[in-house]
Amino acid sequence: MSKTKDILYAPIFANNPIALQILGICSALAVTSSLNVTVVMCIALTFVTAFANLSIASIRNIVPSNIRIIVQMTIIASLVILVDQILKAYAYGISKQLSVFVGLIITNCIVMGRAEAFAMQNPPWPSFLDGIGNGLGYSVVLLFVAAIREFFGSGTLFGYEIMTLTTNGGWYYSNGLMLLPPSAFFVIGGFIWILRTLKTDQCEAADFKIAPNNKSEPAL
Amino acid sequence: MIEHYLSLFIRAVFVENMALAFFLGMCTFLAISKQVKTAVGLGIAVIVVLVITVPVNNLIYRYLLAEGALAWAGYPDVDLSFLGLISYIGVIAAIVQIVEMLLDKYVPALYNALGVFLPLITVNCAIMGAALFMVERDYNFGESVVYGFGAGVGWALAIATLAGIREKLKYSDIPHSLRGLGITFITVGLMSLGFMSFSGIQL
Repeated sequence: MSKTKDILYAPIFANNPIALQILGICSALAVTSSLNVTVVMCIALTFVTAFANLSIASIRNIVPSNIRIIVQMTIIASLVILVDQILKAYAYGISKQLSVFVGLIITNCIVMGRAEAFAMQNPPWPSFLDGIGNGLGYSVVLLFVAAIREFFGSGTLFGYEIMTLTTNGGWYYSNGLMLLPPSAFFVIGGFIWILRTLKTDQCEAADFKIAPNNKSEPAL
Repeated sequence: MIEHYLSLFIRAVFVENMALAFFLGMCTFLAISKQVKTAVGLGIAVIVVLVITVPVNNLIYRYLLAEGALAWAGYPDVDLSFLGLISYIGVIAAIVQIVEMLLDKYVPALYNALGVFLPLITVNCAIMGAALFMVERDYNFGESVVYGFGAGVGWALAIATLAGIREKLKYSDIPHSLRGLGITFITVGLMSLGFMSFSGIQL
């Protein structure tokens, strides 16, 4: 039981796909300027990762290893087409806002990376959980970034006004930077900083060390 | 005419930079930007693949997948555009494979320089992203060639610049938990802020 739990929870903080494995960053940045869009993106990605892992794990023993990439690609692409068509049918506005990024789930390294690293070696059920776990790990970072960007950028959360903007006669000057793409980098950089301060074992080793100054005279 | 292509090119390189304005190809962008030399090699590989895949996908979309595109074969009512995603990724994977074999046979020097990066390009979102943007913006064949080239040059420029900055950055004294990935994110953020200044340009 505890192993199942580990598979599900480890990717959320201990082995986060975005902060530690450097996977799936492409879409993490572009879709995070408002929470509504982000939530849809997270659900779509978790769905694709989980079911891609499930299907790949169930056929892992009959796929010859030299064509496995193309098999994985086909499975992932079919799932993404499914998601894309569903979004177009039931949430057309959000699908327009996500524009190409739904399609880009195919090349999202999380899906491919987990299929290759986990689903090819494990039975279907743990792989399914691993997919959900990694999807959630991705969602945690995305929702965190989106909440910060939407809150400080337009004073709203999920489109509901929390802080009244000066343009609407309120008191809050919106922080325009937060709506611009670069802010996503700063927020994720900060997130990684916080995460690694709390979990120091995730720090990267330094390329070199600065030698201590053991000269007796002060430098001029 | 030339003016139109030129402005499309400049827009693809600077204003709509693949890496810094749309964050495409970020995984490779962050992972393989520790050295200028490898970064430039990867940049060139991306340019080559984009120049080939975007026009080919353009032809496939216009003559096979778009609504009414099969009129030449006698099926004017067929709309296969839902098959788009799977065909683009297939085309990209196949072309990367072909480019790899051709380079291996005829330009071994470049092949060796690119090494493992060539196969990795298949899952680079910048390639897929360019194909999807091309469809969304309805470029014609000529425009798609220029757009593919411009997008590739923009991406290569961004990764080479970042690698240059990171080579210098490793000598600086960075807080322990920010080292590596954290500081790279912040650097890319600042670069992206710099590229934002191009966004006011009207072409």
